[in-house]
Amino acid sequence: MQTPAPFDYERATSVEGAIAALARLGSDARIIAGGHSLLPMMKLRLASPSHLIDINDLEELAYIREEGHELAIGALTRHVDLLESDLLAAAFPAFRDAEQVIADPVVRNRGTIGGSLCQADAAEDLSAVCAAAKARVVIRGTDGERTVAMSDFHVGPWTTAVGDGEMLTEVRLPLRRGAGSAHEKVERRAGDWAIASACAAVWLDGNTIAEAGLALGSVGPTTIEPARAEEALRGHTPSDELFAQAAQIASEDCAPIADGRGPADYKRHLAGVLTKRALRRAAARALQQEA
Amino acid sequence: MQVTVNINGADVTRDVEPRTLLVHFIRDAGLTGTHWGCDTSNCGACVVLMDGKPLKSCTALAVMCAGHEIRTVEALEVDGRLDPIQQGFHECHALHCGFCTPGMLMTARALLDENPDPSEHEIRTAISGQICRCTGYKNIVAAVRWAAEHQEVPR
Repeated sequence: MQTPAPFDYERATSVEGAIAALARLGSDARIIAGGHSLLPMMKLRLASPSHLIDINDLEELAYIREEGHELAIGALTRHVDLLESDLLAAAFPAFRDAEQVIADPVVRNRGTIGGSLCQADAAEDLSAVCAAAKARVVIRGTDGERTVAMSDFHVGPWTTAVGDGEMLTEVRLPLRRGAGSAHEKVERRAGDWAIASACAAVWLDGNTIAEAGLALGSVGPTTIEPARAEEALRGHTPSDELFAQAAQIASEDCAPIADGRGPADYKRHLAGVLTKRALRRAAARALQQEA
Repeated sequence: MQVTVNINGADVTRDVEPRTLLVHFIRDAGLTGTHWGCDTSNCGACVVLMDGKPLKSCTALAVMCAGHEIRTVEALEVDGRLDPIQQGFHECHALHCGFCTPGMLMTARALLDENPDPSEHEIRTAISGQICRCTGYKNIVAAVRWAAEHQEVPR
């Protein structure tokens, strides 16, 4: 029988209250939302928080809305709502690609974007999508808010930039013209973690890639952001040759290890293939030429 | 701590530890129709409805469900009349060992409540988080279709 180790529980009634509780209880306290990453970790004793602060009643953290030149997503927004949001799918179709293959519909009823990002698991799909989309995350503490780029958010495996007495409250995505994005994943069976995944985002200015975002899942200790491959794309016209070149670089710059999901060379190959496919679809979407 | 969860329309209050999982809270209340399977949110035998939506009850703390409405497989049959989804499983031989059945029934019930005429693909997607170790998926899908076509069966 798998049961978490004992802990104390309290239910937050406001964001301020949750942060005050985190500050009061110190580093052994954890926020719980959907619980579909944290509770399995607790059952396995990979996490043993002394206190859980339940934020499921904080409806003010569940939203997807346009704010100026950004799309703001509340940390408590659940996978099912990310999947069904037409606003999000129009701006970043990679989210819908990913949400269709994250766990299963029952799990998606509970899991949240905040929990997914804070789990900081290199195999987790939304981390790759948010990194490729050049998202920023809002972290709130007793002294106010700070904003951190996704590239600085995951500081190591299962480790984030969220400090003691702080919580992730929002994800912000840049809204710019000419955007296209796509997420590709290969898994062993429906609902599994990726063997490898790749998310691509491009922003076209006319027929030129003005900005590109790439992120790879399951092929390194954290989500891999292949900066050299992004650089190879900038300023160029989308083409299969260009995408193959960027994919080759991405494949070289990831760091897979062999495990039950496959040998390292296979994962490295897969990362390249998925990068190319994601780029092709992202560009087609940006050009509104998706087949 | 005292935890009150509304299960099948009745408040159930028990003195439990915060770490008590919903599946154990339900089963210890005498409602053993909800099955305790893999314990890792993979198999779906423990699915119940929370506020009408399927939930894997092995991956929720009972205390987190206080103030919410839980429905278990025991709530499907009313006054001796089977829910159409139960009747569908009967008609289409959709259970073999029966271990996955309560979870399958609850997920299918929620699917039909939201989408009364689901396609085979939509049914397979809906139950994709559930495992039938007898591999009887074909008949389970047929049973959900049967229920979709016989929703007029009095509840």
